[in-house]
Amino acid sequence: MIPTIPTSRSFRLIYGGYVLLFFLYLALPLTVVAVFAFNDSQFPSLPWEGFTWNWFFGEDRPQVGVFHERGILRAVGTSAFVATCVAALSVSVGTTNAFLFNRYEFRLKGVLYVLMLLPLVIPGIVLGISILVFSSTLANGIWDAARIDIQALRPGLLLVILGQFSFITTIATLVISARLQKFDRTLEEAALNLGATRLVAVRTITIPFLMPAMVGALVVAFLMSFENFNTTLMLVGSDAPLTIAMFDRLKEGSTPLLNAVSLLLMLGSSLLALVVILFQRR
Amino acid sequence: MRAHARIGFVLLLTPLVLWLGLLIVIPHIDMAILSLRERISFGVYEPSLMQYEKALTEPLYLRTFWRTAVMSVLATGITLLIAFPVAYYIAKMAKGRLQQVLFLLCLIPFYVSELVRTFGWMILLRETGIVSNLLQWVGLADQPVEMLYNDAAMMVGLVYTSMLFMVVPLVTTLESLDDSVIEAGYDLGGNGLSVLREIIIPHAMPGIVSGCIVVFMLSLGNYLTPTMLGGKDSLWFTEMIYNQFIVRSNWELGAAFGFMLLVLSSVIVWGMLRLTGRTLQETMG
Amino acid sequence: MTPDLDSTDLVKRFGTTVAVDNVSFSVPPGSFFSILGPSGCGKTTIMRMIAGFLDPTSGEIRIKGKSVLDTPPNKRPVNMVFQHLALFPMMTIAENIGYGLRRRKMPKEQIARKVDEALDRIGLPGIGARKVDELSGGQKQRVAIARCMVLEPDVLLLDEPLGALDLKLREHMKVELKALQAAFDTTFVYITHDQSEALVMSDQIAVMNAGRFEQVGTGRDLYYRPETPFVAGFIGEANRWKGRIERIEGEALQMRTETGLEMRATATGTLAAGDNAEIFVRPEAIRLAGSAEALSAFDNRLQGRVASILFNGAASRVLVEDDAGETLEVTLPQSGEFASLRRGDPIHIGWGAAQASCFKRAA
Repeated sequence: MIPTIPTSRSFRLIYGGYVLLFFLYLALPLTVVAVFAFNDSQFPSLPWEGFTWNWFFGEDRPQVGVFHERGILRAVGTSAFVATCVAALSVSVGTTNAFLFNRYEFRLKGVLYVLMLLPLVIPGIVLGISILVFSSTLANGIWDAARIDIQALRPGLLLVILGQFSFITTIATLVISARLQKFDRTLEEAALNLGATRLVAVRTITIPFLMPAMVGALVVAFLMSFENFNTTLMLVGSDAPLTIAMFDRLKEGSTPLLNAVSLLLMLGSSLLALVVILFQRR
Repeated sequence: MRAHARIGFVLLLTPLVLWLGLLIVIPHIDMAILSLRERISFGVYEPSLMQYEKALTEPLYLRTFWRTAVMSVLATGITLLIAFPVAYYIAKMAKGRLQQVLFLLCLIPFYVSELVRTFGWMILLRETGIVSNLLQWVGLADQPVEMLYNDAAMMVGLVYTSMLFMVVPLVTTLESLDDSVIEAGYDLGGNGLSVLREIIIPHAMPGIVSGCIVVFMLSLGNYLTPTMLGGKDSLWFTEMIYNQFIVRSNWELGAAFGFMLLVLSSVIVWGMLRLTGRTLQETMG
Repeated sequence: MTPDLDSTDLVKRFGTTVAVDNVSFSVPPGSFFSILGPSGCGKTTIMRMIAGFLDPTSGEIRIKGKSVLDTPPNKRPVNMVFQHLALFPMMTIAENIGYGLRRRKMPKEQIARKVDEALDRIGLPGIGARKVDELSGGQKQRVAIARCMVLEPDVLLLDEPLGALDLKLREHMKVELKALQAAFDTTFVYITHDQSEALVMSDQIAVMNAGRFEQVGTGRDLYYRPETPFVAGFIGEANRWKGRIERIEGEALQMRTETGLEMRATATGTLAAGDNAEIFVRPEAIRLAGSAEALSAFDNRLQGRVASILFNGAASRVLVEDDAGETLEVTLPQSGEFASLRRGDPIHIGWGAAQASCFKRAA
């Protein structure tokens, strides 16, 4: 079943057809979402009422476009803020973790490594509620002890950021570790030999080597945060990130406005993905 | 260890310990404690197993729990069956440029939020949706057909959402299988089926296991797809957790549910690793 | 006797490139047949066509007289030892060797017995339960051969199986492969780019270049009587001169080289006065001497200086720069006669016309 093994024509046809069907299945939902962003109707469904840009640029009711819809724009801003924080935090901690696991031998290293992997196998909702429970225990404890109400420990953006950070860091650690493992440590030794201090050697030799992985992890973390739903759902306060805002609207009934937002999301994330691919190929 | 190496070690260890301690370990312990108490009156709590008792005796809770588990296993199996031939095609049949393009095509849908993907299926499957219209147009139906809000729709969504996490590990392991090993299988008299059974599948086992674990986890923990595509009477366990926490504000019972979900997923992941003799580090790392 | 393997007018094209160009050959039963050529000459393509992993564009392949072109690879009575052996890493050694027998639905006990026999035969009894990666390179080699031989194929194909081994082991395996072939009494078709492997093991060697067989013969034939300039240059080493033929009588000829020297040589193929030609002389066919008189018996004589001495034990060479400024390689006899030779010393060299092969050269 590789090209050098003779197979019957009908087998090849059926197999090829199956793969084609698979890709149609992959493309179908996204295509309909994109297409109905241009439907000149209140509903993202048939019949097709004609082509319009209104769901992007429209200013008047009932067809207010994405770029004039306050709620959506604010939610995009919130998501971008959260995603930036999560990406920066998780890549920083991911990098220190990678160095720790790659460069040091210590007791409990194996245990810590397994613990580090755990967030990947904990359902997002459970992560969310455990952080919710702990933060409110803290907040209540502080209130009982000192009568200070710390708003930051109540559901809101800080908890959303921490919740997403708690599992995205694992992914950042894995991505950066994989690259660090390929690093030839004699390069650092050569830098030391040529007069660099240990810290300078890491900054001038190792970090540039890690750069592709760090940028990759940064973008992946940003996208994962932007798209996250489960953990965010449990920790969100009054400022809703985009996915939550869209979910609330979807429950009320959808308009092509949501299609327009979705299409922009697809374009945005494809663009980011493309940047990463180009960057890594360089 | 020399002094500055020691400082470096502590500096690197601190973020890891803070992260794992404050965001993973302690919150889960706290959640466990919460699930093990009972509210006597306002502000007065007592340790008790009542939450678990309630969870394990109430038929609705129990049924939802098992339903979620079985459906997740089913979704994992279906995803594997659909993904394997595609992954094999990408890894072993397609060559050069086509291979790269197909692989990228597999990734693209997953750069988009799960919400958007689910929304797409809603547009396709609802009563006024594309599929319904298509069926009427072809003549297979004489009135609008509602295809949303049932288990089949939910399964379509679950499988779709997890596909990437099955395809990628499968492609990676299958690619590492040398063509000449497959050729040797044929050369020594094997046919398609025996080569698949004795050579290809054993080789792909690590990829199958890690793909299945991730897909199972994602299905089990999914909230969006069962809520949006599933029927009113087909609850998902995550929905019950959400309801207890946010709607009913019964955090104790919600925490117990959360713990049950965690135990279920751990047991199944552990069982799968055990069955194939692999460790979590090998499979995830 | 019908040959075990024969092919006629075999052609394989990939797009516009011709990988195998009209090749015909036949391999008698029980012989060791090698296809020797540089990488990219098409030898792997021939092997894959015999095994059934490639369809020839035209031509015929027969095994024991029967065409196998319509037989898929898993049904052909040939087995193959792959370049990197392709042992199944997910199975034990015994499972690897028994793989083909299981495909034939042989009963379990019989498979176990055959596997044990095969392990005995290759001198590795009792390793059946081990994993593939627990074996050394040479052991894997033998297991790969045993895995094919339990199926008793009419022809065993070997695709440069020694390439991955280190030098010492390779030397050892050459001898062992030949012994295994004799023990199994099976026809081996061996492809390699290493002339020493081919020369040591083969009964017959086909030298291949650019999709064609240049010459088929025993190692001795190829070495002493190359029929084409490619074979003369590829097997062993040679000093070469290009030039134009001035006189020719029968096989004896005289050529003027581009640097103006006059040389006598023996013609291979049809040559005529005025043709562009090339002379090949092996380093070991040239005699060194301290004076011109000692070389009076030779048809060709030159004088020059020692440019360099390349000491390599029995294979030591002297680089001689002649008066025309060309550098020749000459074997340094280890009889002690030239032990005091130093760089810059004047030296005389000579060789007979019979040791100088002359080939026609395209203009």
